[in-house]
Formats: sequence, structure tokens, C-alpha cells
Amino acid sequence: MDLSSINPILLLASLMVAATPIILAAIGELVVERAGVLNLGVEGMMITGAICGFVVAVNTGSPWLGFLGAAIGGALLSVIFGVLTQILLSNQVATGLALTLFGLGLSALMGQGYIGIKAPSFPDWHIPLLGDIPVIGPIVFQHDPMVYVGLFIVAGVWAFLRYSRAGLILRAVGENHEAAHALGYHVVRVRILAIMFGGACAGLGGAYLSLVRVPQWTEGMTAGAGWIALAIVVFASWRPGRLLLGAYLFGGVTVLQLNLQAAGAAIAVEYLSMAPYLATIAVLVIMRAGRAPGSLGQSFHASR
Amino acid sequence: MIMLEKRPQPSQAWTFATPILAVLLTMFCGGLLFAALGQNPFVTIRTIFLDPLFSEFAWFYRPQLLIKGAPLVLIAIGLSFGFRAGIWNIGAEGQYVVGAICGAAVGLAFYPLESFIIFPLMIIAGALGGLLWAMIPGLLRVRFGTNEILVSLMLVYVAEQLLASMALGALRNPDGMGFPGSRNLSQYPSAANLEIISGSGMHWGVLTAFLAVICAYVALSRHIFGFNVRLSGQSPRAARFAGVNPSALVLICMGISGALAGLAGLFEVAGPAGQISIDFNVGYGFTAIIVAFLGRLHPVGILLAGGLMALTYIGGEIAQSNLGLPIAAIQILQGMLLFFLLAVDVLTNYRVAWQRVAA
Repeated sequence: MDLSSINPILLLASLMVAATPIILAAIGELVVERAGVLNLGVEGMMITGAICGFVVAVNTGSPWLGFLGAAIGGALLSVIFGVLTQILLSNQVATGLALTLFGLGLSALMGQGYIGIKAPSFPDWHIPLLGDIPVIGPIVFQHDPMVYVGLFIVAGVWAFLRYSRAGLILRAVGENHEAAHALGYHVVRVRILAIMFGGACAGLGGAYLSLVRVPQWTEGMTAGAGWIALAIVVFASWRPGRLLLGAYLFGGVTVLQLNLQAAGAAIAVEYLSMAPYLATIAVLVIMRAGRAPGSLGQSFHASR
Repeated sequence: MIMLEKRPQPSQAWTFATPILAVLLTMFCGGLLFAALGQNPFVTIRTIFLDPLFSEFAWFYRPQLLIKGAPLVLIAIGLSFGFRAGIWNIGAEGQYVVGAICGAAVGLAFYPLESFIIFPLMIIAGALGGLLWAMIPGLLRVRFGTNEILVSLMLVYVAEQLLASMALGALRNPDGMGFPGSRNLSQYPSAANLEIISGSGMHWGVLTAFLAVICAYVALSRHIFGFNVRLSGQSPRAARFAGVNPSALVLICMGISGALAGLAGLFEVAGPAGQISIDFNVGYGFTAIIVAFLGRLHPVGILLAGGLMALTYIGGEIAQSNLGLPIAAIQILQGMLLFFLLAVDVLTNYRVAWQRVAA
């Protein structure tokens, strides 16, 4: 094995790219769970976003429109989940699983004519001045715009939950839906909006895979990224700051194992490919999760 | 305005009616989907749901129904215990794969020896493999409070990588000229999961599935274990007062589902599939989740639901070869079925009432 072929600067730079789809999907799910809803359909919404974004980007030639399409696609799919769990009061665990199974089928059907096509290119930004700083420049400031959009969404969610009135209402709905209802807030409306935001973010995360990271369409290409995003939310104790930490940790493991594969490590490729999943399990075990939102996963029915 | 009123007790009639309603709604919306894909919806629905049973080639498809239904029923029966008690083993697919690997490994270790003891040993190895794989999320939940949904699911991806490594490495057929995949177990008489009645599709896995249905029925309705499972699902607090040990329940439920999924994998690898290969698993572990819910977590219901799901698999294959219907459309149809089932389930627990909006 030739460890010297691994360039630490490139490694850290690609870590940021590898973490981005997880960050996008996880921050959406974080908002959903803070509103007291457990949506296990992240994987399905991600892969639907991946194909929606790919189809739009290929047909219009614009990756930006692709990302917009992915967000809309993910949000539309999440509306099914919202209606079922919030209005028809179905079990959230089962409905989330159904969403994943449905999304995998839907994406495979939509993507039939798109296998083997290359996505329109999405150039990296070279941020002037900041990008010229040695070492830090190439690691942090020379990526494609979506990396920064992801970070911007995380910061926005952090500020929204912490400082805004709407964020306070969303947290109240998630902590105790009976009390929030008694105060006159529309529990179901808040939750459906949160679910749609989660769907849109998951869609963006999926499209990042199909438009930037791979950039191609293959069936089942998310390969568990949505589930890892769910695990990262638990790891983060439902706090945006720790979510970044978790996603970069995961991104680091992914990039490292890919680099080891390329460097010809003595371990078989299959065992290296297990690393991200095993790391996720290890993280779930080692990190004591903080307190979950009080009403997480419970159906709300305003009976009188 | 339409309002939902909670029923004092779940409606008996709707408990039976909702799965049927869900199937009918799925056929309707599936028909719309097929029409949108440029197919004749009536022909397609008939091809999927009726042709495997009643067409002129039905003699060929009926055994397939047992072969495809058996793993689904076997896995779903195992899952239903946990789902009733609020223990979510979502990784049956992984336990299915590991069961198949362990069982096949035992069989291959004896090759080319012939003995009646080999197949029973493989069965035990398959069940143990699935059981141990399911114990990982079970023990982690009991010991560290980790979420069993996420851990069991992560282990599916780990198991798939393990499968690839086995097919390419340790279990690869030494006489296979370097192609990936193990020796064909179905051509090794002592290790083959043969049909009990030739030509019927009735292999040992099918028999085990029927046995599992009967055992589960007895356990759930006549045994204290089934009572504890149901109690824990409906009221965890009451269960604790009644002396149910929640940790033991988690381990037992995970163990049952893991062992049954492992068995399903073993019967598949020694029979219909024949060998360990990279694409050995086809998603039975995930479809079984739909089967468990469609069967209302009841053993007899699961048996019927497994049959129906097997029908859509076979019908889907016929529709694919005869009508050119993409196989993904069947996946959507199955997802849709679960959606509709969950949606109409509201009628079991709630009454729809018409109310004028108070001024």
C-alpha cells in the first residue's frame, strides 16, 4: 500500500464534498423531527430528488434548475407522507418505510431513459481572495456552490430555531403538541410545512449525488445515504451545530476508505466499503443521544 | 365539514375490510399508472393479478407462487412479533443474506461428501446466522439504547458487502473458472433444498413457512408470550407492571425475526437460487414488511398477504415479458399498496362524521 499517494489537503477538500448530501438531507430531517414528526422516508425522498434533479438538469442543461426540480420533487413526495400521518393519522414508522419503498420504485421508473447519460457540468467556485489562502483555500473555499448552500441552510435553520418566533412555535409543537394546540397553534399545519421542508432538503441532497458527486444516474444510487442522514440527526441530539460535526465525521470516513481503496490497501474493497455503515453504528453506540423532542413520532388528533 | 371521531374500540368489520379496500384502490390507481405508461390498464391488471392463477400457462406459475411466497411469509411472520411490540427490525434483508451465507458455507464445507445430516446442519446454521445478525441491533438497543431501526438497516448494507466478498472470495466455486458465485447447491444432493412433492413448488422452506404460521398463531392467541407481546405494544407501562421484562422481549422478538429471515435465506440459496452470488438478494426482506402490515400482523393474514405479494411478483414478471411493463412499476404498485393500507386504516380506529362548522 502506498500511503504517500494520499494527499491530506485533497482528502479534507473532498471530505466537504462527501458530507454535503448528508448535511442537506439531515438538516431537513432535523427540522421535521424538531416539529415532532419521525419521517423514515428520507432515503426515498433523496432518490426521488436525485432523479428529478437529473431529469430537469439534463433536459434544460442547467444544474440550478435541476436542483430546483429536485427540491420540488422531494417536497411533493413528502406531501404524501404528510397527508397520511397528519390527516389520516397513520403510523409514522410504517408510512416512512412505505415512502422509501415507493420512492425507490418511482425513481427507477422515472430514470429508465437516463442511464448512462452524463449530467451537465456544475463548475466549482474559486472564491477570490479566500480561495487563494494556502492550505485553507483549497480545502474550504474552492468548491461548487451547493456546498455553501448546504452550510447556509444549516446556519439558517440554527438561527430560525433559536431566534425566530416561528421557530419557537415549531419547537413547541414538537415538544408538546397538546399544549401547542391549547395555545391555538395549528399543529397539523406546522408539521406539514416542516415535512415539506424536509422533503425539499432531502431532494437537494439526492440531486447533489446525481448532479455533482457521481455525476450520473444509476438505480438505487443513494445506497443508504438517507438512513445515514437519519442516524446523524440522532447523533446530533437534534442540534444543527453538532449535525455538521457528525456529517463531516461521516464524510471523513467515506473519503478515507475511498482513498485507501485507490491506494491499494491490503483489506478487500468490500470490507472497506462497509466502513461508512459500521462507523455510523459505532457513532450511534458511543454517542449518548440527547433528549429527543417530546412528541416525536406520536400522532396528533384534536379530539374534543 | 368532515371530522374524524375516535371510536371507543377499533371496528371489527373495518379490520377485515381495510386490506381488501386497499387492494382495490391499488388496482385502480395502478391501472391509472399503467395507462399513463401507455399500457391497457385492464389487460395489465388482469395479467398481474389473474394470469398467474388462471391463464393457460398457470400450471407453470402456480408452483412459483409457493416458491416466491414462502420467504415472504417466513420473514413477515418473524417481523410481526416485533412490530406488535413496537420493536422495529427493518433489516430482515441483511439477516436473510447472512443466513444464506452461513447455511451455504456449512453445506459447501462438506462438499463432495454425501450424508443425510448435511441439510439439517445447514438449516441450523442458516437460522443461527440470521439470529446472530439480528442480535447485533437487539443487544445494542438493550445495552446502549441505540435505535434498532437505524442499526438493523445499516447492517443490510454491511451484509450486502459481505455477500459480495463471499461470492468473489471465500465461497467462490473453485471449478467456476474464476467467475463470481459459489458451487450450485441445488446440484449437490445432500445440500439441496428439494421439492417434497415433485413439480409442486413445495420445497422444505414452504413447509417451514406453513409451520411458522401455525406456531405463530398458537403463540399469539394461546400462549403467555403472545399476550406479553400484544400488551407491550398496546401499553408498555402496563406491560412493565405485569412483569414483562422489556429487554428480554426485545431480544426474543429480534431473535425470532432474525432466525426466520435466516431460514428463508438458507432455503432460497439451497433451492430456487442455488448459489451464493453477488445479486442473490432481491428485496424479500423489505417486501416482507409490506406483507406483515397487509396481513394486519396476524399469522393467517400474513399467509394470505404473502400469497398476494407473490402474485404481484410473478404477474409483474409476466407483464414484463409479455407487455414490456418495466419491473419498477411493480415496485411502485407494492409501495402504493402499503400507502393505501395505511391510509384506509384510519377507518378502523376513527369514525368519519359529517359536521356543520359552528358559526
